[in-house]
Amino acid sequence: MKYVDEFRDPVLAKKLVDEINKLVKEIDFAKQRPIQLMEFCGGHTHTIFRYGIEQLLPKSIELVHGPGCPVCVLPMGRVDDCVSLAERPEVIFATFGDAMRVPGSKKSLLQAKADGADVRMVYSPLDALELARKPENKEREVIFFALGFETTMPSTALTVLQAEEEGIENFSLFCNHITTAPTIKAILDSPSMQLDGFVAPGHVSMVVGEQPFHFIAEQYKKPIVITGFEPLDILQSIWLLIKQIAEKRSVVENQYARVVSSQGNLPGMEAMTKVFELREFFELRGLGSIDNSGVRITNDYARFDAERKFPVPNIKVADPKQCQCGDVLKGVIKPWQCQVFGTSCTPETPMGALMVSSEGACAAYYNFGNLPEMMSLKNIKEKEEAML
Amino acid sequence: MCLGIPGQIVEIVDASKKLAKVEISGVRRQVNIACIVSEDHPVESCIGDWVLVHVGFAMSRIDAEEARKTLELLIELGEAQKEIEEMSLSTKGVSQ
Repeated sequence: MKYVDEFRDPVLAKKLVDEINKLVKEIDFAKQRPIQLMEFCGGHTHTIFRYGIEQLLPKSIELVHGPGCPVCVLPMGRVDDCVSLAERPEVIFATFGDAMRVPGSKKSLLQAKADGADVRMVYSPLDALELARKPENKEREVIFFALGFETTMPSTALTVLQAEEEGIENFSLFCNHITTAPTIKAILDSPSMQLDGFVAPGHVSMVVGEQPFHFIAEQYKKPIVITGFEPLDILQSIWLLIKQIAEKRSVVENQYARVVSSQGNLPGMEAMTKVFELREFFELRGLGSIDNSGVRITNDYARFDAERKFPVPNIKVADPKQCQCGDVLKGVIKPWQCQVFGTSCTPETPMGALMVSSEGACAAYYNFGNLPEMMSLKNIKEKEEAML
Repeated sequence: MCLGIPGQIVEIVDASKKLAKVEISGVRRQVNIACIVSEDHPVESCIGDWVLVHVGFAMSRIDAEEARKTLELLIELGEAQKEIEEMSLSTKGVSQ
């Protein structure tokens, strides 16, 4: 496939790995502790595991898998809200496939569907709008579960604008969009984290441009590189980050210039500012409440807001006690160190959201990691703890 | 969630609604092209564009020149240094 295959070239990957190995030797602190780079986006986590990129890197580079997987950071209470909306008899609840199996406190959307709720899996918000247009659904309300970081916001905003233009009244959003820069800021302000640089999300940047990330380089003095999703993209970005660290620089660089322009996508942002406004705060699973980390629908488009059209329970629900998604999301523990990883929590029967999505760190470790080794390490740790 | 896939615009379906057909690995699908249309790049001029498709929307035009530059940089990576090393070796050879 054009623009994909050429960015998977193993010869060029080998070259990059050689260059990274050379550069790392110039960084003094790497002799005492690993260089920690965070890939924020779940899409990057997926590529890193699928292509075994961590195994190619020198031991002195550690990748920390960030919280950029929207279904993974969705609090359980919001899943309950989805189920409550979906179970209304007049509602057709349309959602991306990733969100179907995320456990709520009582059930997931998939279980709600099995129990009779009208839940439909769609590829695009436009497919949800098409459901609302159908004459047979005229008396029904189609609610689209709007989920995701800025990458997905223009698509839902443009769908609302389309609904307005056509005068479609039986369509609304359950808005759970979240914002990237405030989430990264919360990570940077967290005392338990010592990150040396960021692999920045390429497709979020495609929408918002470089500007929202400048504070990371300027105020926090951390190098940050906007990065594409193929293995060469990620390796080149790691090389650029290591280069900045070695040269003691911190700037925003754009590795993914074939898709990302520095000013972002203007028509997309225009649609977003019309339809959405910042929430004062929003809760992200594992990270807690973060200022300005979510958006809601503006007053002008209130009639497309499912939260204003219908009562939503909006109850905070704590994760199951055994579930350590929060610690994994913050990078405090590795997925296999969670007590339920690979035993009661697997991709087939997930307890936590990180095991549900293919972009979640736990599912990535489970599917692509060295499972026998991880489980034996886990058993040793558990035995040691039992002996104490 | 945030993934995208490259495709090429092959047909305009509805210019007023900014809908086009995109071909992705031989599969054709209708997408919304509102995010890549501007005064300088009207709907009609989009045919043939390579775009990044995400949840039914063409989100960005892929810049062929930038893609070429990235790959070229990677191909040249390390070669300049190799050349310097070779040069210094040959200089040493001359002085001996």
